[in-house]
Amino acid sequence: MSSTTPLICLKAIKKSYGEGEAKTYALRGVDVEFFEGEFVAIMGSSGSGKSTMMNIIGCLDYPTQGEYFFEGVNVATLNRNQISLLRRNFMGFIFQGFNLLARTSALENVELPLIYRGMKAAQRRAKSLEALDRVGLSHVAHHQPSQLSGGQQQRVAIARALVTQPLIILADEPTGNLDTQNSLEVMKLLQKLNCEGITIIMVTHEPDMAQFAQKSVMFKDGCIEKIVENPHAS
Amino acid sequence: MLLNAFVLALRTIRRNLLRSFLTILGIVIGVASVIAMVMLGEGTTAHVTNSITKLGSNMLIILPGQERRGPTRGGDNFKPFDFHDVEALKQEITALRAVTTSEAKSINAVFGNTNYSTTVYGVDNDYFVIKDWDMEKGRKFSASELGSGKAVCIIGKSIQKELFNNLDPLQADIRLEKFSCKVIGLLQSKGAAAFGQDQDDVILIPLKIFQRRISGNKTDISSILVSMKEGVSTQRVQQEIKLLMRERRHIKEGEEDDFNIRDMKDIIETLSSTTQMLTMLLGAVAAISLIVGGIGIMNIMLVSVTERTREIGIRLAIGALEREVLTQFLVESVVLSSIGGIIGIVLGISITAVVTSVFEIPFIFSQNIVAVAFIFFMMVGIVFGYFPARKAAKMNPIDALRYE
Repeated sequence: MSSTTPLICLKAIKKSYGEGEAKTYALRGVDVEFFEGEFVAIMGSSGSGKSTMMNIIGCLDYPTQGEYFFEGVNVATLNRNQISLLRRNFMGFIFQGFNLLARTSALENVELPLIYRGMKAAQRRAKSLEALDRVGLSHVAHHQPSQLSGGQQQRVAIARALVTQPLIILADEPTGNLDTQNSLEVMKLLQKLNCEGITIIMVTHEPDMAQFAQKSVMFKDGCIEKIVENPHAS
Repeated sequence: MLLNAFVLALRTIRRNLLRSFLTILGIVIGVASVIAMVMLGEGTTAHVTNSITKLGSNMLIILPGQERRGPTRGGDNFKPFDFHDVEALKQEITALRAVTTSEAKSINAVFGNTNYSTTVYGVDNDYFVIKDWDMEKGRKFSASELGSGKAVCIIGKSIQKELFNNLDPLQADIRLEKFSCKVIGLLQSKGAAAFGQDQDDVILIPLKIFQRRISGNKTDISSILVSMKEGVSTQRVQQEIKLLMRERRHIKEGEEDDFNIRDMKDIIETLSSTTQMLTMLLGAVAAISLIVGGIGIMNIMLVSVTERTREIGIRLAIGALEREVLTQFLVESVVLSSIGGIIGIVLGISITAVVTSVFEIPFIFSQNIVAVAFIFFMMVGIVFGYFPARKAAKMNPIDALRYE
């Protein structure tokens, strides 16, 4: 793997908020590389900067300093549209708060990224149903998020992330709002997707969940403390 | 891409039925109220102007006393006119179409057990010409009735209703104060005048008997109404009347007139400026409606801004382009505003049509106000639907996602 270009390469990334004395650093210089096919857990206590780094990787936020290369391309050279297209074509997101559209059926939520890809209605529908089927929710395809349990909502979000067959799935505390049973199901699902070749980067503060990943990146005070390989992961 | 935006916009509208409904409702009420208000206002104005014109646009009134503005001083005792003045005007000034008196007095009319307070006028047959009034039934006064002052009368529709319970009044005898009087004619209905007085609430009797039995003064006439022929110069006629009356009233050269001539046109112009004020008032009311309606729509749009900002964050995160999001929201705003605007126009015109027919006001369609109301509320809907979305789409996606 190390012979190829890393999928994601962060070089001396810093992120600060505020100005002057009120200036606080969320990231204090992060250098890290992730390769295609990896399943990485990013761990750390709250406020350690793990989510900030995740948002920067997802181009939802921008670093104050440093460079971010996605497949060798410096993201700083891309305009907003190109970054949107980057997200559209290569990335899938799973959020702690699910972030499904309210009053919109599970099926329509899953269809959404395909609409932006310009896919025809019939094909879109078939693919979305297939994705819902993969997360075991085809029976609630026409339910709205408010009618679904937290675990089901998160699985709809996973279906939405995987329906485009992205290169990489970014999951920010995907099990943060779920009970153990649902958490385990979600993790198994992610593991399965990883086995199919999708790179997964997951932020979590639960060591149990990190066990599913091949390696864990430990954050502390805006810096990477250490990177631990996980021999148990399949 | 536009098709996509359209699909997405329609989905959003369907999903947020309550919000969509309230937005449409705001626009409907705004557009409908402005249209109805202004069109009814214009109808009323036209109605008032029309009634004023009915008073007679080429009519002059000759009154004793000097022309002056403001209240009359007490003690001024100008010589009234008499019957011979009327005759002289009729004979000597050829530009006149009709000359009559309209001596009036409030009086109690009695028929059987019914008692009704009305106004009685002492007139001659030229009165019908000047007022442009015809008989529904019966006849006008005959020459001998006028000459001798016979006790006959012609009544208005309201009198027929009040005294005769809408039965045939011809040949009946009604009592006007001290004398009894035979009904020989019934006037056509004229309806209410501009300021609400009932024009049909009249009894007409020959001038002679009015002077003898009602005013108690055998010769005096307090005002003369003349109607000019079409196309003659008002100024020339006024000059002729002035010369004639000066001669008849023995006014020496250098002395001032002891009578004055009023042109109904001046009065109409005064009244027209009143109706113009009315139109301006309505314009102000319409402007307030526009503002209030606009604020209503604005509120509905702004209340949902948090939810929409997050929605935009989600859309951006899953790969929507900024302009795709904006097109979607623009289409949504345009669709909602147009639906609301069209319903509003239909509703506004319907309300106007119903109200005008109930109150017998002319229905005046004003495409200007329809256009103004429609465009204004379209703009409000679009601006407040689109600009918060624009702001959200310009944010970093993560800020939009976390927006509270």
